[in-house]
Amino acid sequence: MSAEADRPPVIAPGYTPATVTDKIAAVVLRKTPKWWYAGFAISFLAAQLLFVTMAKLLVETVGIWGINIPVAWGIDIVNFVWWIGIGHAGTLISAILLLLRQQWRTSINRFAEAMTLFAVAAAGQFVLFHTGRQWLAVYWLFPYPNTMGLWPQFRSPLMWDVFAVSTYATISALFWFVGLIPDLATLRDRSKHWFGKITYGMLAMGWRGSARHWHNYETASLLLAGLATPLVVSVHTVVSFDFSVGIIPGWHATIFPPYFVAGAIYSGFAMVMTLSIPLRKVFGLEDFITMRHLQNMAKIMLATGLIVAYGYGIELFMAWYSGNTFEQYMVHNRILGPYGWIWFLLILCNVITPQFLWLKKVRNSVVGLFVISIIVNIGMWFERFVIIVTSLHRDFLPSSWDMYTPTKWDWSFFVGSLGLFFSLMFLFIRFLPVISIFEMRTIAKGEDPASADTKEMAGRP
Amino acid sequence: MKGILGRLFARGVMPEFGTPGPRIAGGELPAHLYGVIAEFANAEELLHGVHEVRKDGYQVMEAYTPYPIEELNDAIGHGPSRVPLLVLLGGICGAIFGFGLQYWASVIEYPLNIGGRPYNSWVSFIPITFECTILFAGIAAVLGMLVLNGLPMPYHPVFSVPRFQLASRDRFFLMILARDPRFRAGDTFRFMETLGASHVSDVED
Repeated sequence: MSAEADRPPVIAPGYTPATVTDKIAAVVLRKTPKWWYAGFAISFLAAQLLFVTMAKLLVETVGIWGINIPVAWGIDIVNFVWWIGIGHAGTLISAILLLLRQQWRTSINRFAEAMTLFAVAAAGQFVLFHTGRQWLAVYWLFPYPNTMGLWPQFRSPLMWDVFAVSTYATISALFWFVGLIPDLATLRDRSKHWFGKITYGMLAMGWRGSARHWHNYETASLLLAGLATPLVVSVHTVVSFDFSVGIIPGWHATIFPPYFVAGAIYSGFAMVMTLSIPLRKVFGLEDFITMRHLQNMAKIMLATGLIVAYGYGIELFMAWYSGNTFEQYMVHNRILGPYGWIWFLLILCNVITPQFLWLKKVRNSVVGLFVISIIVNIGMWFERFVIIVTSLHRDFLPSSWDMYTPTKWDWSFFVGSLGLFFSLMFLFIRFLPVISIFEMRTIAKGEDPASADTKEMAGRP
Repeated sequence: MKGILGRLFARGVMPEFGTPGPRIAGGELPAHLYGVIAEFANAEELLHGVHEVRKDGYQVMEAYTPYPIEELNDAIGHGPSRVPLLVLLGGICGAIFGFGLQYWASVIEYPLNIGGRPYNSWVSFIPITFECTILFAGIAAVLGMLVLNGLPMPYHPVFSVPRFQLASRDRFFLMILARDPRFRAGDTFRFMETLGASHVSDVED
């Protein structure tokens, strides 16, 4: 197996359960680095933009945005789908790759799950606030016995979306927290400060790592992974139903569910890459998040990027093959209409850029991967803009056509959501272990010089 | 049904709960002693220790490891996990709840005739039924795991052992509980010292 031997290792050699524990716990327990304050301050400042926009929106409602009829869904929904899509990588890495026994997932699953959680939190702001009157949205969206005796319309994909996204948020949070319990116990035992001992101790809930604990824990984790796997596929499928069940040309297509799910994984891995490259650098975790991880993620991005490109191709093909005038005009308008330049940017970002990942040289270049991952993130935002805005702005009746231009409040909401996401991310990397410590111990135990079967490896550096 | 409930709530589900077993006659066992704990350097030594202790006739014990060891649960004599059963029950409840909610709201409580479509449009009720199944099963998995593990439990006697902090780093521990019928304060301590453990200490209740 020379191909296997060529690959970089999952973790750098020479680590034992003790050293991985000390190294990852030290990231949390040492003094706060200066760059952290700067990073958190900038993110937190940007997050204030979100709250200011929310306040403005509560007073003046969605008229502050550039939306109109027919473009009633503007970049609020673009941002929602973009964030939800990003949120798919975490559960994919922790659930599907766990079931497939991909050991390399161990180094990246923790912060990918955290990323999922924060991305879903950011996405949630858009769906909640795009309703305009949130106090009414409660009974539009949630089935609860209200004084008006009204119930939601369960036949609508928008209701399915409420259940899919809220279930996804809940299960992701549970999965993430369950994964953290043994590591919180580790921090409780390592922490020198009384506040850390008490806080981590409360959160660890008295975890002792007994045989009984681990047995129930492993069973529950495996079952959660099994449950989360169909869930993660269902969420973006349901999001795609929001569009494909509608009859608008450009939305009403059966390719949407697989095409959306592939796009979600594509953008999710791009975001994991964007975050993990600086993270491994600043915390000196290159031994744990190795080139192997970056290369594997690059390959998944390439594969899902090709599925997405196939989706774009099928849209064009179906417009021609269906012989439907409206579908054909939609494609014509998408490429050559007033928003055509965004379509070309989309193809450049999402179809052409990832082709560089075929080259081994690019997959081995940290800078190259970082740049490509950011371009893909931008491209996926354009994709949602193309799907939502260019489909809506010219539908069946030319008399109702209109243009959509986002206002400064559209953009401030978006920038604010980025601020929220990065603020939460900064808090996470400061106070919780960014890599699952106990799972890294199981990988490092093979390197343990004390264990009998690996004695001959003891001499390695 | 009684069988399922019986299995769920059977004693022994939470071995670290409950009152200590019968005291040994003659007052040989100090009342404040919870057990005796031995520390091992690696998983192989721990498993060896577990086998020796079991061979000697001890039954009530617990092992503590920094990472999960698959064969340990069987070696120590704990039964299979009851989490899967809870997850199944949770999933079934979720499916019934999800479909029932939609059926009740759309057919019984608030029927809306839209273009003559059937009130019980069960096909469009499937996505929410599915999501509720996953939600309830997932919550059952997490809560079930916590309850079966006796968590949250802010204090436990093993935390009073100073070296126990290393159980979350790279050390492996085996404790024989004082409520084991074969437990004798001095004898058990000396027996544990013969197992190749690096440290043996009493665990105060």
